[in-house]
Amino acid sequence: MASNKKYWQSVVEIENASIVETLSKNEFVEEIPTDEFLGDKETLENSSTSRRDFLKYVGFTTAAASLAACEGPVKKAIPYVVKPNDTILGVADWYATSIANGQDFANILVKTREGRPILVMPNKEANGVTNARVQASVLSLYDEQLRLKSPKKGGEKISWGNSHKQIGEKLNELKEKNETVILLTGTLASPSTEQIVSEFIAAYPNVKHVAYDAISESGAADAFEAMFGSRAIPNYHFDKAQAIVSFGADFLGDWHGGFEKGYAESRNPDSGKMSYHVQFEANMSLTGANADKRVVTKSSDQVFALINLYNAITGGSLPSKSTPVDAEVKAAAAALKKAGSNAVVVSGSNDKNAQLIAFAINDALQSEVFDAANPLQIRQGNDAEMAQAMADIKSGKAKGLITYNVDPVYNSVAGLAEAIKKLKLSVAMSVQDNDTVAASEYVLSMSHYLESWGDVSISQGHYGLMQPTIQKLFKTTQFQDVLLKWSGNTNSYYDYLKGFWSSNILEGQSWNQALHDGYFKKEVAASVSKSSVDLNAAASALRGSVKGSGFELNLYSSTALGDGQLANNPWLQEFPDPITRASWDNYLLVSYDDAKKLEFDNPVKDNGAINGNYAKVTVNGVTIENIPVMIQPGQANGTVGLALGYGRKTNLKEDMQVGVNAYPFYANGQNVQYGATIERTSGPVHKFACMQVQKTIAGRHDILKEVSLKDYNDHSIDPKHTWNKPAVVSYDHEEVEAKTIDLWDAHNREIGHHFNLSIDLNSCTGCGACVIACHAENNVPVVGKDEMRVGRDMHWLRIDRYYSSEVETREEALEQGFRGGDLFKVLETSAKNPSVTFQPMMCQHCNHAPCETVCPVAATTHGRQGQNQMTYNRCVGTRYCANNCPYRVRRFNWFNYADNNEFDFNMNNEYGKMVLNPDVVVRSRGVMEKCSMCIQMTQATILKAKKEGRKVETGEFATACSQACTTGALAFGDVNNPEEEVTELVKDKRAFNVLDYIQTKPNVIYQVKVRNTNEA
Amino acid sequence: MKSVALHNPLAKVLLKSFTFLLLFSLSFNAVAQDAIDEARQKDGRKLFKSLCASCHKLDKKFIGPALGKVEERRENDWLKAWIKNNAELRASGDKDAIAIFEEYNGSNMTAFPQLTDENIDNILYYTTVGEIVKTPEPGPDGYAPQPAPEAPKWLIFILAGVIAAAFLIIASLLKTISELKGAPKTPGLWGNSVELWEGLKRNTFLHVVGTIFVLLLSAYILFGALFTVGVDQGYQPVQPIMFSHKIHAGDNKIDCQYCHSSAKHSKHSGIPSVNVCMNCHKNIAEVADNTVVETEDRLYSKADLDKEIQKLYDAAGWDPEKLAYTGDEKPIKWIRIHNLPDFAYFNHSQHVTVGGVECQKCHGPVETMEELYQFSPLTMGWCIDCHRETKVDLKGNDYYKKVHEELAKKYGVEQVTIAQLGGLECGKCHY
Repeated sequence: MASNKKYWQSVVEIENASIVETLSKNEFVEEIPTDEFLGDKETLENSSTSRRDFLKYVGFTTAAASLAACEGPVKKAIPYVVKPNDTILGVADWYATSIANGQDFANILVKTREGRPILVMPNKEANGVTNARVQASVLSLYDEQLRLKSPKKGGEKISWGNSHKQIGEKLNELKEKNETVILLTGTLASPSTEQIVSEFIAAYPNVKHVAYDAISESGAADAFEAMFGSRAIPNYHFDKAQAIVSFGADFLGDWHGGFEKGYAESRNPDSGKMSYHVQFEANMSLTGANADKRVVTKSSDQVFALINLYNAITGGSLPSKSTPVDAEVKAAAAALKKAGSNAVVVSGSNDKNAQLIAFAINDALQSEVFDAANPLQIRQGNDAEMAQAMADIKSGKAKGLITYNVDPVYNSVAGLAEAIKKLKLSVAMSVQDNDTVAASEYVLSMSHYLESWGDVSISQGHYGLMQPTIQKLFKTTQFQDVLLKWSGNTNSYYDYLKGFWSSNILEGQSWNQALHDGYFKKEVAASVSKSSVDLNAAASALRGSVKGSGFELNLYSSTALGDGQLANNPWLQEFPDPITRASWDNYLLVSYDDAKKLEFDNPVKDNGAINGNYAKVTVNGVTIENIPVMIQPGQANGTVGLALGYGRKTNLKEDMQVGVNAYPFYANGQNVQYGATIERTSGPVHKFACMQVQKTIAGRHDILKEVSLKDYNDHSIDPKHTWNKPAVVSYDHEEVEAKTIDLWDAHNREIGHHFNLSIDLNSCTGCGACVIACHAENNVPVVGKDEMRVGRDMHWLRIDRYYSSEVETREEALEQGFRGGDLFKVLETSAKNPSVTFQPMMCQHCNHAPCETVCPVAATTHGRQGQNQMTYNRCVGTRYCANNCPYRVRRFNWFNYADNNEFDFNMNNEYGKMVLNPDVVVRSRGVMEKCSMCIQMTQATILKAKKEGRKVETGEFATACSQACTTGALAFGDVNNPEEEVTELVKDKRAFNVLDYIQTKPNVIYQVKVRNTNEA
Repeated sequence: MKSVALHNPLAKVLLKSFTFLLLFSLSFNAVAQDAIDEARQKDGRKLFKSLCASCHKLDKKFIGPALGKVEERRENDWLKAWIKNNAELRASGDKDAIAIFEEYNGSNMTAFPQLTDENIDNILYYTTVGEIVKTPEPGPDGYAPQPAPEAPKWLIFILAGVIAAAFLIIASLLKTISELKGAPKTPGLWGNSVELWEGLKRNTFLHVVGTIFVLLLSAYILFGALFTVGVDQGYQPVQPIMFSHKIHAGDNKIDCQYCHSSAKHSKHSGIPSVNVCMNCHKNIAEVADNTVVETEDRLYSKADLDKEIQKLYDAAGWDPEKLAYTGDEKPIKWIRIHNLPDFAYFNHSQHVTVGGVECQKCHGPVETMEELYQFSPLTMGWCIDCHRETKVDLKGNDYYKKVHEELAKKYGVEQVTIAQLGGLECGKCHY
């Protein structure tokens, strides 16, 4: 039957409904303190400015301003001397390339204008998947603050020639003495680079190559090596999955990476076999938020639950113990067995033994989802080698260190910075400045991936090519060119790459075609031999790893910053975390119960911002003070969470030096640390920039609809009367469908194009790629932490996260007869493990738009193609429209965000401005702005068709968000074209409008979320 | 005219001087000009301009040698053989031919086998006599007629003033005379005015009407003044290079889109890159003789204009002596004339390629402008007016086929306007 769930966004809503109500009713809960300055008679009387003077000043400034406005500035236009043949001014060029920065690996498309990359999109033809960080990586290209601009020695500039000469001499000296030099890189995953590295090692046998990942997945690789003989991590084809059981693996987040597309494919209810996903986890992760069943499980219990699951599936008897979640494990085992070879089990632990057991379960299930034959190449870090290398450097056994795009000093190898300074040779090759660069003697400035040639092998047989999309901005070169030079190879890397591909990869296929496509796929004869592993020993070792009392600390990588290499990227800093909805921060996540015990609190201020307390956390003798605390529904009691990747300081803009560095806790690359002690520190409150409480639903609880898979598949139920019931109103004392009553005249929508956007709540994983794509495409400004805190964020597209539970408000609990202690208990219970729904929300482009009616200057009007158009130059900033918008999607420019030192982000410097889209205006102060349904993109598509004298083809229309979405949750198109996907979706039985009882008739439609409750 | 080998040096000098004098008088003496066969010169000039001028000049070395009076240096037969097929001549082992070929770094001259002997003779005749300078017909006194000096405008006003003053004096005199004759003394013009003013001061109705009128008038003037803020119609900045659209688009009829080639593809019409200029200007180092460009504040002679072309060479890094690029490029900083505000989106290709709008419709008679200026106001009202009125021919464009049919039916018209197509929606230009 229809879900009776109610949705809420914050624990405050259920705990203290009064403040939410006050907030929703009253813009200023406290009186505005005008008396402070107007009531102070003394100050007013002593003021040297009389009323007459004041009027004079006003008069003069007005006159001066109008006079100054009379004459326009002289603008210069400087054409090329020799124009490149394939560049047409004002027309975008797209290049297919790849990103491979050690953390994110994907086939992407890059849009360039006049030789400047301005937008990154997934290369869908190559199955490219982009997350928020990949979308935002284009801005880091223009990071003039952090990027290294020329080679340096000891902080002084040095020429390339001299640096090569001096380093070459030192290398030879070390080679003669046969003293070890460590070459430390992240995961390269580049076949040609790996070859170059091996040639370099052949020339200098004293060099040892060590790869490590800042956020380690070495355990999976170790397990894979033990089981299958080669070092890699298995691939998972979630599109084939029918049952997924995950133990703390955030595979929709950063665990391995790039699975959201396949996952969404398996979650299509119309295919008839929607997968069933159970997540056992301690932190609330993106993956857990999407799961059908989320079982709150302490990290230590996950270990035993995994072993218990193995025992349940195989009937084995590995040593384990009972856990509070045994019943759920049993149910999960049944579901897995039912799905047979379409079942898969994943574990997020970085412990080799945990991975071994997970692999063994998949093996027992004969899982087709689990692919060991074509493993992923994108995590090659080896923790054991890394630890040895660092020990050698600290002990002085190794005499040289060459790093490439890694920051082991920031990643908290204790005492490393001092050890590097004592080395005979220390070279840091890096795109950006960081702590390791600061410690090294020689610093070689590297090109950004958008300026470079390269290749990447994402999984076996799936390659990507990387090509420059811009001239080098600074005096930089490529890692590969440097190594070739040092090895005495006179070829440029480009020639080397071309040669390498034609002899090793292309098999006679065209290089130009591969470069044009940006990817190359070939069948690799895959056969793996599985060797038997002693699982008993593994389970015993795993048992032994669980130790200590106290709290369990779960370190995770946040959706926004990941391992922290993009920490100076304002788009990502401002990106609200999908779960907590907080930006510009990391924080200690604690459960509701623990917060109460430790007296942590998240009070909501009357301006809609939330505050927090600070905690002092000690793990294994490492103490970090002043970590702000956020109470997280769904956090397992006895566990806390903390994001890595924050707290970077070296040369970062002051605004970006936010959060605490959690790497000191990250001992042995284990994301779970046992035995943490936590205490509340007295002191100032922490001010969060969180969008959580600001967007209270204010009682309008039919924002979301969801249905169980069972009801969805039950054709005897009419959705119109049950789970997708349209709003009804009373008319002539009769209940009629709201859509039959109308205040406005209907628009004629049949001629020309009529755009609709369909958002499938079932496929949306909340990853936020669309949010950043919208940022980049529409020149959305960054406003900074303080403005975010008071609800002045400028995101045109946000992803609302709604928690839901059966009993939601005090009143409801009272109604159901809860009294006294029970009353609070039931509210607490509901907050312990809410289910989560993500809802992308942008201007709904209402055909009967409330905003249009109230604008006094007709600055917002309706277009024939369905857009609600916003004319900035007409807007006078009354903000009536925003007040009258039921969806709260209109954004007001409180300040000039461009060329303003108060907002020192990308729009305040010449490099950062290069990322701006020339087709969209940068809005100025005092105007309202909002989603335009990417009218610049639809207009460009139409113009292209007109110029070619043809109709617009099916599927040609797109918006930035629909282009960036790889799960297919966002579908955009012309509903007057019967062949468009969206035309079908509008009529789908899952389609509904948000707040349909107001009958704004939006052009954005949503598809009801289907949850697989695994019933019959 | 066949040259004869002269062995006597004195005779050679004398003959040369004589020829020089003769030619000098040919060029500058109108009487001697009668001796020129104009038909031959004209034919030769035409052929020279179309076939030879891209590499040769009469008076100086260019890509090939200067050809003025070449017949004095070479024999006619040799010249004919060379022009018709110089490669053949060289292959035959002609020493002179090989020498000249080597002198010009082995650059090949095109063969012209299609030219008849008469053609070649005419060309050679042209190289000998040069241009015919048309001096104005002298008047009877021997002076060329001068254009009548134009009376300055202020003179008219002074004259009008003098006449008005004269009338007043006459009227005043007449009045005095009639008074002297005994006519009753009438209150003077001044007296009348005072009376009228007193009357006006007492009339409240007139006060109200007057106030309203003054208020409306000032509002009208103020609004009119404010609406011109930011409108730069007629904006004609001094450009770094004196580039004449009249010479290029008008006199030489170069298509607008040869230089502004992105207008058909892009939102920008694009200021041509220097390499586009050099497509022609590699071979055109100076303007045609007697070219004069007159702008508002200065007169450019041929010498001045040749300096402007030199500026182009500086920008492109072109050495006109060595005929090679030096690589020392200095981009030209043109001053942008048509400035739309950022919040208005305009796309050239939409108008040029899809709409088929003539460039001149918005940019005015560019082909007559020596110095370019902003012809249209570029205000929103101006855009809208055109969108309201223009019925664009959409035939043959499949994109419009269906939508035009339906809209024409809806509005009951043969051909819809841009406004009816949705061209007045705010969001079509503001995003």
